Amino acid sequence: MSKFSLITKGLLKENPTFVLVLGMCPTLATTTSAMNGLEMGLATMFVLILSNIVISLIAPIVPDKVHIPVYIVVIATFVTVLQLLMQAFTPDVYKTLGLFIPLIVVNCIILGRAEAFANKNGVWDSALDGIGIGLGFTLSLTVIGIVREILGSGAVFGWKFISGDGILAFVMAPGAFLVLGYLMVLFNKLAKK
Amino acid sequence: MAAKSNLTNMALVLTAVCLVCAAILGVIYVVTAEPIAAAAAAEAQASIAKVLPEGGEISEELSSDAEGVDGYFVQTDGEGAVTAYAVKSTTGGFGGPVTLMVGVLPDGTVYNTSVLSHSETPGLGAKCTEENSHFREQWKGFAGKLAVTKDGGDIDAITASTITSRAYTKAVAQAVALVKTLEE
Amino acid sequence: MEYLLIIISAIFVNNIVLAQFLGICPFLGVSNKLSTASGMSLAVCFVITLATVVTFLINKYLLVPFGLTFLQTIAFILVIAALVQMVEIVLKKVSPSLYQALGIFLPLITTNCAVLGVAINVVTKEFTFGGEAHMLGLGEATVYAFATSLGYGLAMVLFAGIREHLAMNEVPKAFKGLPIALISVGIMALAFLGFSGIV
Repeated sequence: MSKFSLITKGLLKENPTFVLVLGMCPTLATTTSAMNGLEMGLATMFVLILSNIVISLIAPIVPDKVHIPVYIVVIATFVTVLQLLMQAFTPDVYKTLGLFIPLIVVNCIILGRAEAFANKNGVWDSALDGIGIGLGFTLSLTVIGIVREILGSGAVFGWKFISGDGILAFVMAPGAFLVLGYLMVLFNKLAKK
Repeated sequence: MAAKSNLTNMALVLTAVCLVCAAILGVIYVVTAEPIAAAAAAEAQASIAKVLPEGGEISEELSSDAEGVDGYFVQTDGEGAVTAYAVKSTTGGFGGPVTLMVGVLPDGTVYNTSVLSHSETPGLGAKCTEENSHFREQWKGFAGKLAVTKDGGDIDAITASTITSRAYTKAVAQAVALVKTLEE
Repeated sequence: MEYLLIIISAIFVNNIVLAQFLGICPFLGVSNKLSTASGMSLAVCFVITLATVVTFLINKYLLVPFGLTFLQTIAFILVIAALVQMVEIVLKKVSPSLYQALGIFLPLITTNCAVLGVAINVVTKEFTFGGEAHMLGLGEATVYAFATSLGYGLAMVLFAGIREHLAMNEVPKAFKGLPIALISVGIMALAFLGFSGIV
């Protein structure tokens, strides 16, 4: 696989949201607006890239039977680092995303990539894989966020183009499921062609 | 590929990984401790300044047993006379606790209010965070009856969000009640 | 009375799946059949309650006194992982029949964000439940965790029932599988929205 396709595969062929269907909780919970989706995607990407790099480095010396606990410790460490950095430098974002920052630990995308890719590939490839999948995740979250923000509050990235309210249900829980469902239909339809 | 497992290398690797991770976290914690404290302090300062008249000195946070009050700050002028209070007040809203910072003048008039945290419904109750909305503007200099109009008071509730408006009003009332007891 | 409010709030008003978006992966993953869905719900119920009690105590008596609350995430996930392993071993020895029923679900639960989510929520968030806002005590936390996991079970079993019917119906090709499932959950969530505001 060429280096370039390592990065682009996450956008379409192995898109973590629409194809692999991983990491659903933050996908649904944090996409109330385009900006929130983008920020959550970037936060996840940060942890994904670093944990991919470290796990690809230590994989050869980690005994098979304890590899899951070791990976979880590594991932949890980076999540805590991210928490501390966000509290220090972007406290507002940290407040908005709330619980879903610590929950990156149990985002199946990250442990999934560690198991499926990072532990049998080199450092560079693993880093690129992290960037690719991370970008795919960020892109999906942003798209869902844009759709929900347009329908729910009549705005894009906070820029309002209608006065008054949108269809509130799309900002609330049901809208998350509906938008993701219909976007998946669209994705399936386009991917078939 | 992964190494073969035996007791020694399992124990060794687990211990080593935990040690290294703990060390990294320790360093990051120490490095970020100051910016985190500064960010929190700046946020608190900004929220206090927003609800009080300009100028004057603001005290450290004082604690109180009054119902729903998490703490309060006293603003004094150069000679030590109290010019206003900023009270952190919490009540239960529609989706969870609503915490406000309420600026109150010594005579019990509300100077201004701001929302510190809430979990109200986006697009409905969450409108209480919108600055310059009618709901928020009516609090500036408010000295009327602290209840929404539906309950016979002088506060116009947010459309379709009476519960949030009631909670907001109650939180302000708690702050005003505290100031009144302090002034006695 | 307060416990009753906690239970109603956790099961219906703030349903963990339909309103809080926790534990979605297994919710979508094993809700194909009613029998597996109820097995998974039981296992989750057990682990969430146990994990919340243990992490609550660890937080109160270890992390808070030593000023280590920034280690919450890492400590909790390790405790949960170890707990799940232990439950698995104990069940295997004590009740092989229960192990047979729950066994395959247990390893999956470690990465179920509902468990970590509830554990973190209980020690960091203030709750109102109709009264004053306050941090939960051990008793309330236990009831809250148990009720939340009942809510998980309820959503799971309801959804599995719907899905069994969906499987027998013709849907457009692009909707097959997950998309139609997600849209059904959306409609379910819309129905649950009707509960909001009662507590």
